[in-house]
Formats: sequence, C-alpha cells, structure tokens
Amino acid sequence: MRVIVPLQGVVQGTGGLFWGSVIPCALFYFLQLLFKTKTRHHHPPSNHNHHSTLHRSLSPTPRHATASAYVSPRANSITAANSPYYLGLHRVADDPYHQTHNPQGVIQLAFDQNTLSLDLIQEWIHSNGTAAMLGKPLSVSGIVPYQPLHGFMELKLAVARFMSRVLEKPVFFNPSRMVLTAGATSAIEILTFCLADHGNAFLVPTPLSPGFDGVVKWRTGVEIVPVPCRSTDDFNLSITSLERTFNQAKKRGQKVRGIIMTNPSNPAGKLLNRETLLDLLDFAREKNIHIISNEMFAGSSYGDEEFVSMAEIMEAEDHDRDRVHIVFGLSNELSVPGLKAGAIYSYNDNVVAAASKLARFSTVSAPTQRLLISMLSDTSFVQKFIEVNKLRLRKMYDTFVAGLKQLGIECTRSSGGFCCWADMSSLIRSYNEKGELELWDRLLNVSKINVTPGSSCHCIEPGWFRFCFATWTEKDVCVVMERIQRIYDATK
Amino acid sequence: MTQTRKPSSKPEAREAQNPSFSSSGMKLIVPLQGVVQGRGGLLLGTLVPCALFYFLQLYLKRRRSTANCNPPSPSSEPTLPRTSSRSNLSARGSISRVRISRLATQISRPDESLYYVGLDRVSRDPYHALDNPDGVIQLGLADNKLCLDLIGEWVARNLEDSVVGTGLNINGIAPYQTYDGLMELKMALSDFMHQVMGESVKFDPSNMVLTAGATPAIEILSFCLADQGNAFLVPTPYYPGFDRDVRWRPGVDLIPVHCRSADNFNLNITALEQAYSQARKRGVKVRGILISNPSNPVGNIMTQDMLYSLLDFAEEKNIHIIADEVFAGSTYGSEKFVSLAEILDSDYIDKSRVHIVYGLSKDLSLAGFRVGVICSFNDSVLAAAKKLSRFSSISAPTQRLVTSMLSDKRFIREYFETNRKRIQQVHDEFVDCLSKLGIKCAKSCAGMYCWADMNGLIRPYSEKGEIELWEKFLSIAKINITPGSSCHCIEPGWFRICFTTITLEEIPLVIERIRRVVESCKSSS
Repeated sequence: MRVIVPLQGVVQGTGGLFWGSVIPCALFYFLQLLFKTKTRHHHPPSNHNHHSTLHRSLSPTPRHATASAYVSPRANSITAANSPYYLGLHRVADDPYHQTHNPQGVIQLAFDQNTLSLDLIQEWIHSNGTAAMLGKPLSVSGIVPYQPLHGFMELKLAVARFMSRVLEKPVFFNPSRMVLTAGATSAIEILTFCLADHGNAFLVPTPLSPGFDGVVKWRTGVEIVPVPCRSTDDFNLSITSLERTFNQAKKRGQKVRGIIMTNPSNPAGKLLNRETLLDLLDFAREKNIHIISNEMFAGSSYGDEEFVSMAEIMEAEDHDRDRVHIVFGLSNELSVPGLKAGAIYSYNDNVVAAASKLARFSTVSAPTQRLLISMLSDTSFVQKFIEVNKLRLRKMYDTFVAGLKQLGIECTRSSGGFCCWADMSSLIRSYNEKGELELWDRLLNVSKINVTPGSSCHCIEPGWFRFCFATWTEKDVCVVMERIQRIYDATK
Repeated sequence: MTQTRKPSSKPEAREAQNPSFSSSGMKLIVPLQGVVQGRGGLLLGTLVPCALFYFLQLYLKRRRSTANCNPPSPSSEPTLPRTSSRSNLSARGSISRVRISRLATQISRPDESLYYVGLDRVSRDPYHALDNPDGVIQLGLADNKLCLDLIGEWVARNLEDSVVGTGLNINGIAPYQTYDGLMELKMALSDFMHQVMGESVKFDPSNMVLTAGATPAIEILSFCLADQGNAFLVPTPYYPGFDRDVRWRPGVDLIPVHCRSADNFNLNITALEQAYSQARKRGVKVRGILISNPSNPVGNIMTQDMLYSLLDFAEEKNIHIIADEVFAGSTYGSEKFVSLAEILDSDYIDKSRVHIVYGLSKDLSLAGFRVGVICSFNDSVLAAAKKLSRFSSISAPTQRLVTSMLSDKRFIREYFETNRKRIQQVHDEFVDCLSKLGIKCAKSCAGMYCWADMNGLIRPYSEKGEIELWEKFLSIAKINITPGSSCHCIEPGWFRICFTTITLEEIPLVIERIRRVVESCKSSS
C-alpha cells in the first residue's frame, strides 16, 4: 500500500491532526478547482457568430483572431426564439392580403391591435393636431428640447383622468404614482426588473399572449410559471389552480415573486370579477408576493359584465398596498398601434422611484405626449370615442363569432380584447400539439390565413386558436370564413 | 528497585504521558484524532476535514452574497446633506413587507452622482429670462437650443402635411409590426448620416435598428455583446450616463482607461493595453471598448491613425468596439470628423466587431423626439437588437415627422450651415470669456461642451475640493455644471460646461455669475 502508508504515516505522525486536516483539504480544494476548470472548458462561448470569419488573406499581417467576435448567449437565445408566431409574421410580410390590390394574399389574424376606430383619431388630429403639438402661440419649445424622461406631468394628469373615464367609475389615480413608458410591453418589462431578480419567477395564467414570455424573460432572466386555465372553467382563472402551481414551484425551488394577470385576458378575453380580484389580493398577501394587473385592454371591454379594475379594489384598501402595480396601454385604448405610449401605476413608492429612472430606456416621444395631452383633455371627444370604439368592437366580435359558429367552430365568450378564442379541435388530425401545428400550417398555406395556435399561447389543451379581428372590416370577415371553409372541404 | 526502573521507564512514561495528555485535556482533539487513528482511519481522516472545509466555504460564500446584496453606490461622493437626508426619512418603503428586486433597491435610492443631483436642482428652480431670472441656469445637459428657431419654423410650416394630414394611417405602412423603425425613416436617416459624417461613408438601412434615443441603443448593445459580470473598457473622462446605460440592467462593468491633460485627454493605446491586462489578471472578461467620438466631455475627435490602432487592438484581443458618434455633426474646429464606419471600408477588417450609435438629439436638436439608431454589421447582434427594440420603439407620428424633415434636403443643408456657424461663434466667445477669467479650456473641436480647468480655484487639490467648488457654482452662481469626478476624470478640478443651452446674448450673464465664484474663491484663499 504504497499510497496509503505514507499518508497514514503523515496522518498519524507528528502534528498528526494538523497534517491530517491540511492534506485532505488541499486535495479536496484542488479537486474542486479541477471540476471548475473542466466545466469552463465545456461551456465556452459556444454561440460564436460564424458569419464573419476572415477569409481574405490579402493583408500581410498575420491575424491571430480568426475567431469571430463574441456575441452574448442572452442575445443568441433571443434570436433563437422562433415560434410559429414569428414564422407567420414573416409569411404575411412576404404576401400581405389587401382587399383590392392583393385579394389572394395571406390575411393577418395574429396581429392583436385595434384599428377599428382609427378614423375617429385621424379626424381629431386633422382638426386639432397642429395646435396640440405646438400649442398657442405655435412654438416647438414644448416638443423639441429634453423633457423629463418619465413623462410630462400634464400627460400623467390627463392619463389619470382618462383612465377614470374608461373605467366608467370615479376611481382616483394619483399622477405622481404614474410612470409613462414607450408602450405597455416596456411597462411590463420595467416592472419585472423592479420586482424580481434574475432566476426568480412570476405566475402567469395561460393561455397568454404569444411573445409575452419574451417580454418578461429576455433581458430580466425572470421565469414564467404557467398557471393553466381550462375550457371547463371557460378559461377563467381559478385560485385553487394558482395555489397548486405556487406550491409546485416552491417544491422545485423556484422563488415566485409575483403574479401577472391580464384583465381582460388575451387571448380568451375573460374579465376577472370582483370576488376573484379580492381572492387574488388575499393570495398575494398570504404568500407575500406582488400583483401586476395588466389592464392594457381595459378600454376594449365590450361585454355585458362590468369591468373591475384593480385600482377600484385598491381604493377600498388602506394598508398593505405596496404589492399592487397596474399597467395601461394607451396605444390599445386609442386604437392607434404605433403610438407607443403606456403607463405603470404602482402603489409602491420605491417601485415608482426605480421605474421612473428606468423609464429613460423607454421614453415616449414629446410630440406624441403633447398630442395625447390635448386629445385626452378633450372630454367630449374622449367620451364619444370610448362609446363608439366599444360598439364597433362588439359588433366585430359578434360577426366573427357568428361566422365561425356557422362553420361549426365554437368560441369562448369573450368580454374584451381584440381576439376570439376558437376551439378547432374537431379539425385537427391528432389531438396533440403536433396536430395543432399541422392545422396551423394548413391554415397558413392552404387557407392563407395567419392565426395563432394555442401552443404559442401555452394553452394546455390542444386545438385552440386565436383570431384577431380588430384590424379588418366585415367584408374581410366573409373572406376569412370562406377561406376556413376550404380547410373543412379538404378534411371532408 | 523503583530507582533503577526510573530511567528505563522514562520513555515509557513519556509515551504513557502523551496519550494521557491527549485523552485528558483537549476534548475536541481526541475524537478527531481517534477517528484519524482508528479503524478506517484514512478514509474518515480525509472525509471529516473535507466536510468541515466544505461547510467553511459555504459559510464564506453566504457571507459574501449577503454583503453583495447591498452593492456599493457607484460614486463615492458625499451626499448633499439636505435632499438625501430628507428622502432617507421616508419610512414608507422601509417598513414594506413585500420584497422588491435588488436592482430596484439600488436604483430607487436618491442619486449620489452630482451629475444627476445638479439636473434635479435645475428642474426645481429653472432659469427663465423673463419669468425666473434668478433661477439656476442649466449648463450640464447638452440641449442644443441655438437653432430652435429654424426647427420651429420648419415644424410650423410642415406639421400639417407630414403628420396631421396623412395622419396615422398605418394601412399604408405594413400589416405587421416593425418595432425597429419604418424603412422610410431608416433610409432618410442613412442619407442624413452620410451627409453629417463628411459624405464619405454609406450606411445600409438594413444594418440599422432604430430606438427611442441613443440611451436605449447603448443599453441594447450592452445586452447583446456582453454577459452579466463582463466589462467594457472606456476612456475617461466619459459621459456620466454610461454608468447607468451599461451597468444597471445589462450588469456590465465599466473599466476606466485614464487619459490625461498632458495628452489633451486623447486616448493612448498603452493605457488601453494596461487596463486590459490588469482586468484579465483580476479575472474580468473584457468584451469591448466603449468610446464616444467626438468625445463627451472633452470634445476632441479621434484621428484616423487612432481609429486604426483601436481596430487593431480590438482585433488582437477579439473584442468589440461601440462608438457613440452622437456629436458627429456638431464640429466647429479645423479637424475633420472621421467615423469608425469609414475606416471599415477597407477589406481586411472584421466588420462584425464594430457598432455605431447615433441619434438626433444633438446634431438636429430633437432631444424631445427620442430618435436613436444602432448601426451594426454583425447579423446576430442586429437580429437580437431588432427584437429588443420593441421595448424602446419610436412613436409612429414622430417617425413620420422626422422622415419628412430629413427628406427636406434644402432645410437640412441650411440647418447644418447655420448650426455649425452658431456653435462656433458661441464656443469661441465663451472660451475667450472664460480665459479672461483665468480659466483655460481643453482644446476641443466638436461637441457642445467646454472642458474647463479650474484647478486653480479648488482647495484642496482633490475630489473634495472639486465638489465644494461645484456646490459654490450651484448655490452662489446658480449655474449647474458637471464636475469632472462625475465623468470619472482622474485629475481633479476639471468641469464640463455646456454652451449650447444659452444664446450669444446670455453669455455675459453666465460669465458674470462665474466671475462671482472665481472672486469668492480668490478672496477665500
């Protein structure tokens, strides 16, 4: 025992205890180092950009660095995200449908924006735009120089008043709790940065909007834990399901920091009623987590039930409000995609302070802010707009759902948003995700309509599809129905 | 009998003593030693110390991570007594049970960097020629107000047609979302940049990603080029905003490469080499160099040779270069601005490591519009940046307005000539007046700042003295200027003063206020 004897000798010899500790420790330490360097070798920057290695050897100087420049893995994981959502968008981009110019093109039904009331906005801008942006007397000093990066106070005031009008209730919004951002998605990302660290998680009810997990995950590193909602519950959120998912996450060792719920939800269009909201608040208090209420579709609630905002619930609460945060999306409310204006409303002072500083990375352009201040302060216009917008959305929804019903496709009853959530499981060949994607592909290539498959929305039941109707007219709806008919005929 | 036994029994007695010594005293040692010397002695004798050592490491790691929970604030300047203490008294946040992120905890604290404190003071008491003539004059933010009249005229004339008339009709644009900017705007910007940068470099619109200002552009590039914990080398003094753009959310560190007044604050490659190797020794992975050219705050332009050396350095170390060229069009000296993109046209250079950031806030005075652009030749970076730009998109009406403005070539030409002339006028006048007061400025040929040497006025010759002088400027003279320490300048006494926020006529007023401070310093010394 040539190895053991000397060691044992050392161990048992003079200073036995000392050497008996130091030597094994030293060996152990070097073992750890060895493992560490081994793992480092296994994970080199493996996502090298191979496009630009040098081939041209005209230069006389020897080039050591034939290795291409490092691109961070987080950038590569962002570009790798190629769900059907993005693939569909590309197909539409190549061959977009147009009623007159390209009637055989691909119809975009995956674009969850609303342009039904864009004409009202355009009319308003036409008559008031110049004065709105330049003020009286006409001057650019309100739009050209640097402005506070978290939004003008006048706009915050205007948004506060506008949201009360949208909710049709006298809910008070304190403008100093508001932070304006370049769209609702930036607002959600900023809140995520403020409420959770890298590696933490948020509970999010599914189905959810595709691309939503990118918004939450890409830069922040915060995971999404889906809380599945089922067709048996009509895709309403159940607290038991939330509780169960929370406990499962805890067992797995994931630190859940909050819940993000979209109300009205996208894609199912469900509203959260008062009791559920109160239950959610209790749940959040019990588990000591945050609630982000994503109300970017609040103004598009056209259903018969009343829309209850989290803000309304919080009015009655006077303690433990630090955990509630609301997100608004003005682009959606005003039916102008591309306006890029959203807001964070938080009851937590530290979050407001942090978000105000982070808003420097997602600022709302000053001319847009001025436009909005004027527009939102025009109370008669706002009133009329909200009513007309809701009516048009309702009408469009009814038309679309009726059309699908005639084809034998049922939709969940939506009360808000720009989409309908349709059950097409009867048309899929195998009742699983593969069958669903196959149907999506047929819809894209045969029917030439781009819809969102439920798997992109993390829906737990296969066969559900999201149709966004708010960018089309009734005539276009007929075309869509006729095209879906093609699939039917093909299967039969 | 015992006597004769004694000597022979001595060693035995000693041996007997040892075990008795170890067994009687030192209750701790005995069990370990027993384990070590007992059955399976080697195995346990190894396992037990190893286990102890492992737990020791765990304990140290946990201690270190709780210590890192409260990261040290970015700058070590002493906080001003008034504002910071008042906000520290706000107990609302501290008694909240629910936890917010580490980032939010760090950011929500009141600003310590004097750059931001100064901006805050101005916003509370801003100078206005008529309404508030005793307010604080803003000389710490590069807002180009010299040509506001030209912009104002153009907008008043054309707003109807460009935005109000055609409106926000998106059906004419595209049925899908372009987060990274409309193609028309990219093309217009490409032409504009070509003109601004001396008409010697062409930017391909498909290599551009538009963002809401140059600030998110820098942040997006930091996300794409480096991981958390990596670092960029940055020559000092540098724009204080970089600390936020690069450190906060991307988590990338900034390693200063000090430049000195003896070189007129020009970068030298030896200093760069040194900083790089020191970083390597510390185990920090340097992923790129971040430069501003023309430089902020000094205002010097990098020579073509310097740019070539930088590219070679980057090539050798296999790192990126981010060039912030926002002041490219605000040159007034005799030197010609050369963009990094111009150098790239040579064949043998690897373009994929060069990324240029530009924006309209400085050269076209449109700071409120929030228009910035990333130009990159690296497909991976472009693909990622396009997706990330959805968080910092430019509003559609603004895109239309700016496209219209940039397409009006006659206006742009006229604006440029006037802007250049006015900047030169104000710069020369201002520097001249400062030198009459005994304050010398670094030689600059671009940008909107004077980099002024006030080391004669500070006592002691240290950062503390500089801060005291800054405070004097703010409270006695009521002007906000940026101290060199906020720009991480290694030599105390330098201050950054923006001269484009005031008109030619207002210069005497500013000089008078500065004189007050100069005199008060001279009298107190």
